[in-house]
Amino acid sequence: MPALALIVGFIVLPVTVGLGLAFTNAQLLSPTAPAFTGLSNFSTLLGVATTTLNAEKNPDGTFVKDENGEIVYENLRDRTREGSKYPNLVGKSEVKRFGEDKAEGTIKILLAGDPSFWRSLTNTIFFALVVVPIQGGFALLLALLVNSKLKGRNFFRTIYFIPTVTSMVVISMLWRFIYQNDGLLNKSISNVDSEYQPIDWLSNPKTAMYAIIFMSIWQAVGYHMIIWLGGLQTIPAELYEAVRMDGASAWHEFRYVTLPGLRHTFIFILITITIAALGLFIQVSILTNGGPLDATTTLVHQAFTKGYGRQQIGYGSAISFVFFALVLIISLIQRVLTRKLED
Amino acid sequence: MRTFLKVSKYFAAIFLAIFFAFPLVFMVVSSLKPDFNLLQDTGSYRAFLPVGPISFDNYQGVFDRIPFFMFVMNSLIVATITTVLGLIVNSMMGFVLARMSFRGKNPIFAIIISTLILPFEVMAIPLLYLMVNLPVISFDGGFHITKGLFNNYQVQIIPFIASAVSIFLFMQYFKTLPKELDEAARVDGASWFMIYRKIAMPLAGPAIGTVAILTFLPMWNSYIWPVMTVQDERYRPIMVGLQYFYVNFGTAWGQIMAYLTLLTIPVVILFLSMQRFFVNSIATTGVKG
Repeated sequence: MPALALIVGFIVLPVTVGLGLAFTNAQLLSPTAPAFTGLSNFSTLLGVATTTLNAEKNPDGTFVKDENGEIVYENLRDRTREGSKYPNLVGKSEVKRFGEDKAEGTIKILLAGDPSFWRSLTNTIFFALVVVPIQGGFALLLALLVNSKLKGRNFFRTIYFIPTVTSMVVISMLWRFIYQNDGLLNKSISNVDSEYQPIDWLSNPKTAMYAIIFMSIWQAVGYHMIIWLGGLQTIPAELYEAVRMDGASAWHEFRYVTLPGLRHTFIFILITITIAALGLFIQVSILTNGGPLDATTTLVHQAFTKGYGRQQIGYGSAISFVFFALVLIISLIQRVLTRKLED
Repeated sequence: MRTFLKVSKYFAAIFLAIFFAFPLVFMVVSSLKPDFNLLQDTGSYRAFLPVGPISFDNYQGVFDRIPFFMFVMNSLIVATITTVLGLIVNSMMGFVLARMSFRGKNPIFAIIISTLILPFEVMAIPLLYLMVNLPVISFDGGFHITKGLFNNYQVQIIPFIASAVSIFLFMQYFKTLPKELDEAARVDGASWFMIYRKIAMPLAGPAIGTVAILTFLPMWNSYIWPVMTVQDERYRPIMVGLQYFYVNFGTAWGQIMAYLTLLTIPVVILFLSMQRFFVNSIATTGVKG
């Protein structure tokens, strides 16, 4: 019974309160009580709009151009500031310009209430889409390797698993050194290739996310190797013996005995990696803090930045809520998949 | 062909072992070198060998810079209390769910199971708000009610005692014990609590080991929650101590490596000595899916 009280108090209650807070303007340390603000957090969070700007015109009717010969358009600030003629644009910021019509002198602009949130959402999904198949597949290869007749396989299994018991904080600090400008990676490549220009892996918007992906897989793959291994060991040895009697090749053995035997493990791995990947945070907070230019920010990172860093608990809760919805959808998919398999 | 396969398999296994071990080897080796040599050796095989002027100066530097043993004690206190309380509370709940039948058992079970999928990150922000606004009764000669639970051990312990995963593991384990055991005890007039304490728990060794690992390790490694809730140095846990080295970033890598080594070695030793429980903990959580 005490366990139930604690679960209700520290898991169920925060989630419920969080749901409620998402509809308020609560601040972390504020003397004023939080006020109900309806869906305003979500409309800021999810709000997007487009608008079309016209070119500034010279007195003679031609378009104004800047020193590079590019057309100068109206100031977007005039539309997004408080009290503008475009209430749906107020408080939003520019995400992207597109569809410039040089003859007509118009350009379309995509705006969002919180561009960082959209960036974090796409980053999070991108991270999951890359990490899930690579980490799952790599872990299976490792499991097959340490499950085969190999001298010292326990030793190898232990080594592959050690990064997973090491704290993510420690791992992130280590890789920070590996990735930095005069770090292990750059210097090693320079040694092999003297023409090589060092890349600041974590400060470059093009490479930062991949650097985090690589490190995350390196850290977590041992964990899923053990889960695959558990699955492999539930496959009855008689099955293997039977197909061997029939003279099946190693590939046939894998395709018709091993893979079908791993169906349930497969779903479990798929779901755990996905949920873990969607929660990506500690690595980001230590390696890049979401930068450069939001290139590595994630949903949870945004929730913490807004909710804790800027003390906007209400807004942070709204982001957590979106994250929760994502996790919920994934678990529902798991349910459906598991049922399908059992039929 | 067969020998070729076999050789390439060993080749792959050894290559992978290097791949997974190199950062940790680098960490330990670098912790013994002065910063100048550490940076100079980077990029050659020397980075992974304890060569050059080797000393424990970096470790001395760590102890001089931060109250290291206080942080270790804080982490040990928090992790141990959470683990012990978690073992008691969660095993009771698991026992109740596995053995007793009563009204409302199914909804309770449903609540617990549904929290299994919730990542901590979902709750962290609202939980922080709750903690900051929680009324706390304190006693120092008289009773005081103050607002807010932070800057102490409690805030690091209480939210993490109850765990759906632990309850689930205990429940599964108790279900495997033969029912005849407690039926016999019931006939002899033993209360449920007696059965739990005298029969179920003494038999629950493997489950206890698994749950203990699953609780202790994340508590030892916890970082984000204490960063948010503990500003007072006296209660700061070990992982947060790393922040003291951010100040002079890039200049004290040797000390950072020494600190990282000190954080990691106990965990690796724990892991090597209790590997069975580690593997077990993953295998059993794997079954739940």
